[in-house]
Amino acid sequence: MSSVIRVTGLTKQFGELRAVDSLSFSVQAADVYGFLGQNGAGKSTTIRMLLTLIQPTAGEIEIFGMDLRTHRREILRKVGAVIERPDLYKYLSAYENLSLFARMSGIRPTSRLLMQQLEQVGLVERAQSKVKTFSQGMKQRLGIAVALVHDPDLIILDEPTNGLDPQGIADIRNLILHLSSNQKKTLLVSSHLLSEMELIASRMLIIDKGKKIVEGPVTELFHPGQTLVELDTSDPARTEETIRMSPWHVNLQTRKGTKFLLKIDKALIPDLVRHLVQQGIPIDAVRPRHPLEDYFLSLTTANQHVEAFTDRTV
Amino acid sequence: MWKLLQIELFKIFRRPRTYIPFAAIAAMIFIIQLGLKFDGLSYMELLMSSLSDTFNMPYSLMLNGYLVAFVILNTLLIQVPLLVALVAGDTVAGEANMGTLRLLVTRPVSRTQLMLVKFGASVIYTILLLVWMALLALFLSMMIFGTNDMFIARDTVLEHIRAADVMWRYIAAFGYAMVALSTVAALAFLLSVFAENSIGPIVATISIVIVLTILSEMRIPIYDNTVKPWLFTSHMLAWKGFFYSKSDGQGGTINGSVENLPSILRSLGVLLAYIVAFVTAAIWAFRKKDILS
Repeated sequence: MSSVIRVTGLTKQFGELRAVDSLSFSVQAADVYGFLGQNGAGKSTTIRMLLTLIQPTAGEIEIFGMDLRTHRREILRKVGAVIERPDLYKYLSAYENLSLFARMSGIRPTSRLLMQQLEQVGLVERAQSKVKTFSQGMKQRLGIAVALVHDPDLIILDEPTNGLDPQGIADIRNLILHLSSNQKKTLLVSSHLLSEMELIASRMLIIDKGKKIVEGPVTELFHPGQTLVELDTSDPARTEETIRMSPWHVNLQTRKGTKFLLKIDKALIPDLVRHLVQQGIPIDAVRPRHPLEDYFLSLTTANQHVEAFTDRTV
Repeated sequence: MWKLLQIELFKIFRRPRTYIPFAAIAAMIFIIQLGLKFDGLSYMELLMSSLSDTFNMPYSLMLNGYLVAFVILNTLLIQVPLLVALVAGDTVAGEANMGTLRLLVTRPVSRTQLMLVKFGASVIYTILLLVWMALLALFLSMMIFGTNDMFIARDTVLEHIRAADVMWRYIAAFGYAMVALSTVAALAFLLSVFAENSIGPIVATISIVIVLTILSEMRIPIYDNTVKPWLFTSHMLAWKGFFYSKSDGQGGTINGSVENLPSILRSLGVLLAYIVAFVTAAIWAFRKKDILS
C-alpha cells in the first residue's frame, strides 16, 4: 500500500522548547490515522508543519510522494484540513464562507455543490445565517465542510470533536467512517481522547513531549496478547498469599490496597478467576484495562504503576 | 490572481467597519461645506488676512467649489492616512486574530501571492476612499458653490489659476494622494504581519505617521537636509505643488504649468520606493512566519 504521508525525523524547536523531536511516521492510503497525545504533546505543531503553517527546524515531509517544500501548492490542492478551532469569517454566512474557501482551493463551486456540502454536515437550513450566530458545534461542522468542499484526497482534522455534544461527536465519527470506507479518503485525525480514536482509527500514533511513544494498527494496540486486569477483593492479604503460591505469581504487577494488577493473557482470565474462587477468595470485581489507557493515565497522573510503552512500533 | 483579489475585496466590503472611514469622510466634508456655505466670507477674510492689504479681494467670487475642495483636501489629507491604517493594519493581523489566517495559508496559494493580493486590496480600498473624497469634496462643492477661477494664498503670494486650468490639477493631486496614502497603507500592512490582532499595527502606524509628520514639519536646520528628505511624511503633501503654477513674468501664471515638477516627481519617487520597501519586507517576513494563531 502506498504512503500518503511520510514523515522522517521531523523536528521543531521554539527557542528552548523542542515541540516536536525527530518524529517519523507514515500514513497509508485510505487509513484513518489516529494521532494521539495530551494537550501540548506536539500534535498541533506536527499538523501545522504538515500544512506548511510552520516551518520545520529539521526533517522531511512527503505527501502523495512529493516533497512538501518543493510541491506545496500541488499537495495542498489535494488536502483539506480543520486546524484546532474552526474559525471562519463571522460576518459572512455559512454559504459565503464555503464558497470563498472553495474558490481559494481552486474550484468553481456551483450552488448545488455548496448546498450538498452543507447538507452533509447538517447545516443546509442555516446556509444563509451569519457564522457569528452559530454554536461551537455548528462552526465545527462548517469547518469540516470547508475542509471537504474541494474533494481532497487527504483530510487532516485536528481535534474535530472539540466542543461538540455527544450527538455531534457521533455525527463527526460517522462522517469520518463514511469518508474512509465509502469514499476511500485518507484521514489523519488528532485527538486527546483514546476512546474516540479506538472507534474510528485503523492505525494510531501516540506522541508525548514531541516524541513518538507507540505506533501501530489499532487492533493490535488495543487488543494485544496480554492485557492488564484489575482485581478487587475484600481479603487482600489472603488473595496475595494465594496468588504468590500459584503459577499466577509471575503475572502479578502491583498491589495497591485491596486492588491487584496482573498482566495476563486475555484467554487465561477465566482460569485465574476460577482458581481464586476455588481457593475461597472473595472477588468483588475483575476489570480488564487497556494498556494504552493506562499509559495515557500515567501521563496525566504520573502514576507509574504500569509499565510504560516506550518507543514501540507494533 | 484576479480571482483572489475579488475574494479579498469581497471580504473587505462585507465588513461593516469598512464603511466607517467613508462615513467619517462624508461627515467631515459636510461639516466643512456647511460652515463655508453659511459663513464662508468670514473664513475667506481670515484665510486671506496676510494678503488683504496688498490685493483687493473679491471674496464672493473666490469662494467657489474649487477653493472649497482645496480647503477640504488641505484639512483631510492629514487625517485620511489614519483612516487608511484602519483597514490596511487589519489585513493580516485581523485574519490572525479571527483565526482565519491559518485557513488561508493552507489553501493552494503561495504566501507571496496572498500578500500581493492583500496589499492590492488595501490599495484599491485607498483609491475608493479617495474617489469618494473627490466626489464629495470636489464635485459636490462645485455643485454647491459653483465654479470660477481659483485663488490660493501661499505665504505672501496669491496663486491665480484659471477655471479651465483647474480640473487636471485636481486629477493629478488625487493621483498623487493615492500614492501618498498607499505608502501609509504599505506601512500598516508591514506592521500587520508581525501582530496577532489589528489594534497593534493600527496604533503603531498612526503613531509613526504622527511622529514623522511632526519631525517633517519642525523647522530645525540640522534635520532639514539630513533626515527630512528621507521621511515619507515629508513628501506626502507634495500634491499641493500641482496648484503652484509658473509665473509668466507679468504678474500672471502660465496655463498648464507646474512651478516645480521635478520636486514633485522626486517626492513621488521617494514614496514609491517606500511602498516597494514596505511591501517587500512584509512579503519576506510573512514567508518566514510561523502561523501560530
